[in-house]
Amino acid sequence: MAHRLRGRAAVVGIGTAGLGEAPGRSSIELLGEAALAALADAGLRLDEVDGIFAATGVHGLPALSAAEYLGIRPRVIEGTNVGGSSFEIHLLQAALALDAGLCDVALIAYGSNQRTAGGRLVSMSEPQWHEAPYRPRHPITGYAMAAARHMHEFGTTREQLAAVAVAARAWANRNPAAFARGPLTVEDVLASRVVSDPLSVLDCCLVTDGAAACVMVRSERARDLRQAPAYLLGAGMATSHRSFAQMPDLTTTAACESGPRAFAMAGVDPREIDLLMLYDAFTINTILFLEDLGYCPKGEGGRFVEGGAIAPGGSLAVNTNGGGLSCVHPGMYGLFLVVEAVTQIRGEAGERQVPTRLALCHGNGGTLSSQATAILGSRDTL
Amino acid sequence: MRDATDARPGPEARFKAFLAEGRFMLQRSRSTGRHVFYPRGAVPGTGETDLEWVPASGEGTVYSITVNRTREGAYNLALVDLAEGPRMLSRIEGAETVPIGTRVTARIATIDGAPAIVFAVASQGAA
Repeated sequence: MAHRLRGRAAVVGIGTAGLGEAPGRSSIELLGEAALAALADAGLRLDEVDGIFAATGVHGLPALSAAEYLGIRPRVIEGTNVGGSSFEIHLLQAALALDAGLCDVALIAYGSNQRTAGGRLVSMSEPQWHEAPYRPRHPITGYAMAAARHMHEFGTTREQLAAVAVAARAWANRNPAAFARGPLTVEDVLASRVVSDPLSVLDCCLVTDGAAACVMVRSERARDLRQAPAYLLGAGMATSHRSFAQMPDLTTTAACESGPRAFAMAGVDPREIDLLMLYDAFTINTILFLEDLGYCPKGEGGRFVEGGAIAPGGSLAVNTNGGGLSCVHPGMYGLFLVVEAVTQIRGEAGERQVPTRLALCHGNGGTLSSQATAILGSRDTL
Repeated sequence: MRDATDARPGPEARFKAFLAEGRFMLQRSRSTGRHVFYPRGAVPGTGETDLEWVPASGEGTVYSITVNRTREGAYNLALVDLAEGPRMLSRIEGAETVPIGTRVTARIATIDGAPAIVFAVASQGAA
């Protein structure tokens, strides 16, 4: 029997602002621009919003800041802030609140001016006392150790990691909104400066500005709005640790749990998914999530990607916007996964369009700590 | 309702106080024998509060390692699986990096004016 939340709510509006560089605009200003863009896209008014779901890396109480800046007195406010996966969780929380009738129009929003404010990836993490003396660089140290362990256990190579970056760039070259465009080869990645062994600069996500927002309503109402709805068919979350030293196995993420939860709610098989949007903060992420979500056996991710399987023209469409590696990464990337999935489901992705009935968004937060998977579908998947 | 207030220092302060005395101590549950690091008020996941402090063997194996390369220089960080079971973040002294699986031995060093556990490759006799 289908889960009661399957297809009960839909994304009916998406918006972005300040992708890449947005000098002179603050994080909350960018968030506000994206929110208004998403509402205009949906054909809904700001004063209809009665549910706010927000997370950022720079506000202590981001959901309050978002509600106040927009001038909304929400009936439901939700501020799960577990890193970049927060927004896949917000999709599920918004669907719950909508289905329960606690709110009627849910706005999920994020904004960051990280690039122009500081020019480097800003860690949201307070130091952990048992780690701080050794000077970890968050978040890369944990991901580098995961990559090193994956190479040790499974023979994964730097060339295979580089293939992930090369595929992302090839998609970005078909996306006019992507920040990093132009040719990129495996040799380029290998020749770039190593930041934290074995990861080089080009194994790491971009540091950009950017804001994103989406609007959700119950499916009955979604039918009457101007955009083709992207229905939330299923979602699941899983959490394994806070600091990477506490991660039981650096090569197996909690996506092993969040994925099956989302697939079960959606009632779909992984092989039915047309588009995978995987949170690629580092090249190792894509490999880990392909394995943990069931697209190749554990340990085979490197060999899976090396022949161009996830590049344009490959066997599996992955991160068609160019990903966090080449499109946009303002610190928390999770909502941009949703924006691309909805764009593809609507058939509005232009040169990078892939036939998409079912799209999976997989968010990652912390240092592989929080995993959240959401499955969106077109009307004919209901 | 039982008040959990306890006037004694917490596990973090106790661990640091032992370190200041030159002792690397771990918590161990009396009933289950399970060791805990980082120090906490109860065994994570199961909640036993019968934790006692026991000396660490100081023996460990490198689970993963990276070298952070900065403008100021390069330094490693390693995850070390302690012989007692828990894993901890530390550094391996005496080499830029070592292979995963290398057996290492702990000592107490001073980092930024405070005592901290570091490791070095175990001697042939210990390996």
